[in-house]
Amino acid sequence: MTNNSSNTNNSSNSKKSKLNKLAADNSIPSEIKNLISKSLSRRTVLAGVGGAGAALALASCSSGSGGGGGQLRWANWPEYLDLADDGISFPTLTAFIEQTGIDVKYSEVINDNDEFNAPVQPKLQANKDIGYDIVTLTDWMTARWARLGYLQDLDEAALPNKVNILDSLLNPTFDPGRKKTMTYQGIMGGFGWNKEKIPGGIKTVDQLFAPANKGKVEVVSEMRDTIGIILQYQGVDIAKPFTEDQFMNAIDFMTGKISDGFIRQVKGNDYVQDLFNGDAVAVIGWSGDIFQLALENDGKFDFAIPESGGTISGDNFMIPMTSSKATEASTLMNYYYDPVVAATAAAYINYVTPVKGAQEAMESIDPELAKSEFIFPSASTLSRLKIFRDLTVAEETSFQTAFQEASGNI
Amino acid sequence: MAFLHVQKTTNRLKGLKNNRSLIPYLLLAPGLIWLSIFFIFPILQLGATSTKTPAGEIGFFEQTYRFQNYIDAFLASKEQFYRSFLYATLATILALAIAYPLAYAIAFKSGRYKNILLVMVIAPFFTSFLLRTIAWKQILGEEGPVVSALRAVSIIGDTTSITATPFAVVTGLTYNFLPFMTLPLYASLERIDPRTMEAAGDLYANGLTTFRKVTLPLSMPGVVAGTLLTFIPAAGDYINAAILGDPKSKMLGNVIDAYYFRIVDYPTAAALSFMLMAAILILVTFYIRRAGTEELV
Repeated sequence: MTNNSSNTNNSSNSKKSKLNKLAADNSIPSEIKNLISKSLSRRTVLAGVGGAGAALALASCSSGSGGGGGQLRWANWPEYLDLADDGISFPTLTAFIEQTGIDVKYSEVINDNDEFNAPVQPKLQANKDIGYDIVTLTDWMTARWARLGYLQDLDEAALPNKVNILDSLLNPTFDPGRKKTMTYQGIMGGFGWNKEKIPGGIKTVDQLFAPANKGKVEVVSEMRDTIGIILQYQGVDIAKPFTEDQFMNAIDFMTGKISDGFIRQVKGNDYVQDLFNGDAVAVIGWSGDIFQLALENDGKFDFAIPESGGTISGDNFMIPMTSSKATEASTLMNYYYDPVVAATAAAYINYVTPVKGAQEAMESIDPELAKSEFIFPSASTLSRLKIFRDLTVAEETSFQTAFQEASGNI
Repeated sequence: MAFLHVQKTTNRLKGLKNNRSLIPYLLLAPGLIWLSIFFIFPILQLGATSTKTPAGEIGFFEQTYRFQNYIDAFLASKEQFYRSFLYATLATILALAIAYPLAYAIAFKSGRYKNILLVMVIAPFFTSFLLRTIAWKQILGEEGPVVSALRAVSIIGDTTSITATPFAVVTGLTYNFLPFMTLPLYASLERIDPRTMEAAGDLYANGLTTFRKVTLPLSMPGVVAGTLLTFIPAAGDYINAAILGDPKSKMLGNVIDAYYFRIVDYPTAAALSFMLMAAILILVTFYIRRAGTEELV
């Protein structure tokens, strides 16, 4: 999961006019049109500041204690749900509340998996209410919660749309058959580059580290994406058990590229700014980011999945075992697995949609977006993306330590 | 000092005679309570965390009083330790070299512009530390005005960068802590009685001798305070290295951040925090002993 807050301003105009056109299109069902018109200028309102998030956080303080009463409390990342004109309401979520009568308290409180986890873990351990009935954490943290028994089963009776999950996401190692989790959005890891500087594009790790790019390459600080791509370049299947030696070979490769001066920085989401301002010309980065950056800059940037294989990870809906709202939470997941709803949200979020049929639904919302391999990767694209396998506790610590060491952080 | 001052004040307040002995403690109470809640308690917590060991699951630790944590943490990060102190020392020296003439000019030569100049020194504080550092990253970036200009006149080559270098980190530290150096220097220079300098001149000292024998010694409290206020935060800083540096110029602050949030190894992070604190304390004590603090406060 990444946060695109700093890039939202520029994109609002072009997307707004596109959405205006759509809202005027008579061939679109009125229900969807209604949702679209509510989404207009959502980013202008946001204006690059987490204004809505702050407002929501404040709003959520008012009824923070006492198990939430009748409310379904959803913790999510900032700017990760379609937002309306007013900057505080979410059209798809509002529609859900109207349809089902389930009151949802939506809080954009997750900025970092570890930061979110730190204060709630002791509560989960003591089986005390953590204040949320549905949370959206990234695969590896989801795996940790599953391992520690912090998750409860989904109410499958309330989740008929579960069949809509993409086949490639149905059997992650942390939750085979998706008994406890459902993907919210998928995140592709691959190469991003500046087309003016690298007209030939980047398809391989060797091209990424071509002599001309020396000192202008950046890689993301998410170990599973950066090392996942290097491992695949070295012929290792990251979804299957690989050895510590294999992992450390990839670390050595990265260390070498840093000491040779190829990698400028190992960065979090702000690698996007460096691509934008020219400090970096090529990156190992995330699809949604590059997609938005290209949109804002007349297609100056491009994204590709490495020939040797890219990564795909997900943020997952899940129900902490401390919640008493499994049915309501499953109902909400069911709603976001409705293809039309998924497509409507995807038009805002721009990450990989995990829902079958959303692409067809997108045809009537935005035919151009419906063709996007970034939101709707084709079967052949998906076959080139791998989920990083689960790590044991010992591996998690030693791999992360090695990665931080390679990054110069320790 | 504070105690005496309070006594004097209370003597003048006739209506409060009865509680006179209590008043100093009441006045100290808010500060003491604040310190015990937000400094002493966390420090004890940090100390307790630093000797724990992993308890089988990420984020879980048990108290085993393992003091070896300190040695392990130091050995794993001694490079960044050394770098933190090197960069902080360089930044302090640079800041002193820049701030002294500046403070001198404001104190003695600025005339009616004195207040405007002082406001200009403080003005950067109106913007967040983080934003100012990010701004430098843009200004000094690959396609920023500085690098473009230097490349146009061939002072630096096409492959030479300014950001993502140790140079940028030290420059950023110097810039960010410059006001902390300038203000104490100004305060102590401004207090110097101009007649002492005139007297030096009357006794046939030239400008340089006057500065060396009169101005500089009288401004030493400002130098000591300024260097401390610059060095201490600079040694513990991580923003400049994170934003302006590269993987080869990370400082101890970045190490602690990585242990806390990425590796989730709280004991090592706590041990490093303690060692950084101790190292700074030792250095500062040594420095103050040498420099003298009679006029520091």
